[in-house]
Amino acid sequence: MRLLPGPLRRRREPAPAPTAGRPDGDLRKGHEAVALEHEREAARERRREAIADVPIAVVGWLDERTGAGPFLRGFLYRKVPKGTNWFYTLGSATMFAFISQAVTGVFLAMYYRPSATQAYESIQHIQNDVFLGQLVRGMHKWGASVMMVLIFLHMGRTFFFGAYKYPRELNWIIGVVLIILTMVMGLTGYLLPFDQRSFWATVVAVNLNSSGPIIGPYLADFLRGGAEFGATTISRFYAIHMLLVPGLIAALIGIHLYLVAKLGTTAPPWLKAEKARDLAKEEI
Amino acid sequence: MNNREKEQYLREYHVLKSQGKPFFPYAVLKDSAMACLVLVVIIAMAIIFGAELGPKADPSTTTYTPRPEWYFFFLFELLRVVKPPALVFMATVGIPTICMVLLILLPFFDRNPERNPLRRPIATLAGITVIAAMAYLTIEGAVAGSPTEIEMKVPHSLEPGKAVAASSGCLGCHKIGDNGNSGPGPQLTKIGARLPRQAIARTLINPTPPMPTYSKLRQQNPKEFNELVDFLSSLK
Repeated sequence: MRLLPGPLRRRREPAPAPTAGRPDGDLRKGHEAVALEHEREAARERRREAIADVPIAVVGWLDERTGAGPFLRGFLYRKVPKGTNWFYTLGSATMFAFISQAVTGVFLAMYYRPSATQAYESIQHIQNDVFLGQLVRGMHKWGASVMMVLIFLHMGRTFFFGAYKYPRELNWIIGVVLIILTMVMGLTGYLLPFDQRSFWATVVAVNLNSSGPIIGPYLADFLRGGAEFGATTISRFYAIHMLLVPGLIAALIGIHLYLVAKLGTTAPPWLKAEKARDLAKEEI
Repeated sequence: MNNREKEQYLREYHVLKSQGKPFFPYAVLKDSAMACLVLVVIIAMAIIFGAELGPKADPSTTTYTPRPEWYFFFLFELLRVVKPPALVFMATVGIPTICMVLLILLPFFDRNPERNPLRRPIATLAGITVIAAMAYLTIEGAVAGSPTEIEMKVPHSLEPGKAVAASSGCLGCHKIGDNGNSGPGPQLTKIGARLPRQAIARTLINPTPPMPTYSKLRQQNPKEFNELVDFLSSLK
């Protein structure tokens, strides 16, 4: 089972046999006593190896049943092109911010009540009574802004490096859809605390949607759950914010990552230009 | 990009990739460091700034003016900038939709195989222009006259009415001069010329939904209510 790379694979040599220079160096001990000590030492060594074998055995057990070894090896040890710099961390940083939002969101969801009469009080409860409630709610609120900043920086980096061109066009399209979904998350989440600012900002936002062509009024009705703002509105926003859009985002991130691993990340564009010249010189 | 250019790119990419380092542990290390930084920033902001919770939502309020989250400022400022009412629909829906469509279709109308930003002047300039415009609109949105301020100059006698209008939430849905939102209510900059005084007062008491009613204001503070109507009737 070759999941581990060469240098990390544990060497399975037996414990070294003691040669000249016994630790006690005491010839008076007698050969039987020394032999017994060596045997105990060897037994201890075997036990240590057996214990260390457990995680390797577990991984082997899983690999035999999932066939995940080659996939994981390919994913973990694929090469990233020469010149990959810190700009390339923006994508995974965005995903990490999303995971932070998801985790803090789950904890908030344990206490939040999506009803027009109870939502505000449940948020107050989170702020005042729940252990670390203030921190989790603060992290969720600021995590949203951090994720927006990171996702726009990531999009900018991809644009300026020309990484949306062949063969990565599909990845770019998925990325744009992800940005739109992230903004939808921001919009729907904003209503949930149901304080004055949330409520009126959402009224304005939905009314703006209703001014759109053809589907505008229907879109506004769909968002509000009816012709007017009411109890249905907050449940609808909650369902969209907690179930629909995060599911879509998670699925699209999965496809996005698959494409990144399959196609590889681009090399910084300035590096590429020089390389071509060197290659041409070599070929001539 | 024709086939020759595609193959050339793939060949050059293959060379650069084979000269690189394995994702694990080199890139994973950088990614993990960045993830730690992101976590620290989020926690620090949560501790330092906290999350505010204003007064509970009250659908019958008239004195509250909403602001969207900062990352939507550029869209809202687009509304302020686009003044002619005929073009308002362009600003609310048209331009954002066009931008989304352009973004999605970008790899299809930019087929230039060149990737170096210094050698793609059109793309780089367009990108910088869009970013600068969005940044400008966002900053404008942040420092914009708060929606409780009416900047237009009025005679001294109408100042009290102007103050009532500014603090009653009118600017949340109406435009008065340069201030306020372009929707969903109609512009009030020339309302005095369109409606007689009585009609303005009637609308305030018995408005078309979703406009909230100001009958409570008239009951509790008839002087302010009259000042408000005086101010609005003067807008010609």
